[in-house]
Amino acid sequence: MTHANDDHHEHGSELSEMQLRVRALETVLAEKGYIDPAALDVMIEAYETKIGPHNGARVIAKAWADPAFKRALLADATKAVQSLGLINRVGDHLIAVENTPSLHNMIVCTLCSCYPWEVLGLPPVWYKSAPYRSRAVNDPRGVLADFGVTLPPDTQIRVWDSTAETRFIVLPMRPAGTDGWSENKLAALVTRDCMVGTGLPKPPAEIA
Amino acid sequence: MDGIHDMGGMHGFGKVEPEANEPIFHAPWEGRCLALNRAMGAIGAWNIDAGRAGIEELPPQIYLTSSYYGKWALRLENLVIQCGLAQADEIAAGHARHAGKPLPKFDVAAVPSTLTRGSYGRPAHAPARFNVGDRVRAKNIHPVTHTRLPRYARGRLGVIDAIRGCHVFPDSSAIGAGENPQWLYTVLFDGRELWGEAANPTLKVSIEAFEPYLEAA
Repeated sequence: MTHANDDHHEHGSELSEMQLRVRALETVLAEKGYIDPAALDVMIEAYETKIGPHNGARVIAKAWADPAFKRALLADATKAVQSLGLINRVGDHLIAVENTPSLHNMIVCTLCSCYPWEVLGLPPVWYKSAPYRSRAVNDPRGVLADFGVTLPPDTQIRVWDSTAETRFIVLPMRPAGTDGWSENKLAALVTRDCMVGTGLPKPPAEIA
Repeated sequence: MDGIHDMGGMHGFGKVEPEANEPIFHAPWEGRCLALNRAMGAIGAWNIDAGRAGIEELPPQIYLTSSYYGKWALRLENLVIQCGLAQADEIAAGHARHAGKPLPKFDVAAVPSTLTRGSYGRPAHAPARFNVGDRVRAKNIHPVTHTRLPRYARGRLGVIDAIRGCHVFPDSSAIGAGENPQWLYTVLFDGRELWGEAANPTLKVSIEAFEPYLEAA
């Protein structure tokens, strides 16, 4: 199921069909008294504007800048992220996993598409796609190549399959050449993909 | 169930194709669909595990050819009918024709509860059976109902890497058999144990495994 296929379904004939089906469902559930459509508007707006990888980027930037926070994050990411007050509340079992020169972490959910929504927002289509879910666990280097990322051949790769309600975020390595940078500036280097483990932080030259 | 959703290690799906500047929703109905599903979960129409089972029970050809939110819409239709919250003739007509079930209404005040994940940790009623470092084997089980033990790990030898506390057991929760809390572990497998000697020696894969999935090895 490539993205080209998704395009076909999203923008082809499925669009009007799905629009009608979802509208019918919403009307029935509203008329039955289960939902207030205005509440759906509020929820959608929050997902579009408040919840997203900018939250995760602040967590990672703080961990890069503040060794005590980094220790706290790796010991109990739920508690550490909560302490930043970025978000209402994170799930009970957020786990941060640290990349090192010899170890690269990658997150997947082979069974559905579990993803740390609170810190990264809604998952992108590729994360939910069959190619990623099938290959991340047996060919992570091939997956990384699809993202244009090549790791040294002796780097250990650890893939975390999110098969329960624990959720994972990758703590990437802080790019060299960022000594003295503010947390805000560091956060600009943190991409969504580097917190999933399918990418690396932006090179400092890109934003310096 | 041994369904099409259990994709870890399958071949033939092609390259991962990231989309540059991907929008949060590709069409407005996707957002409505997400919100409707979250809303019905929030008022207790079904739990998260029954919701996942609802996706897995879609026919494989539908699963593979529907977009992510397309699957959510089909799951929502099915669960609404299965749970007796609306009838098929109403969904087809796009209007309510019969009285609904008494459920709390999802209103604006309930929205914050849907913006954070639920809480699935539970008090333990017995000590954890395994310790970090223990060798374990994932059981060779094939339940026809919902399970979170992926096929690629079944029968494979791993090591307890972490103990994550006691959690709602999805296999029970999904079929209405109660929360039946169980210890949850991170179990680490060598790539070669999962995929054979040809696997890259730098690969390790972990799963989050509930105690009933594991036996001492």
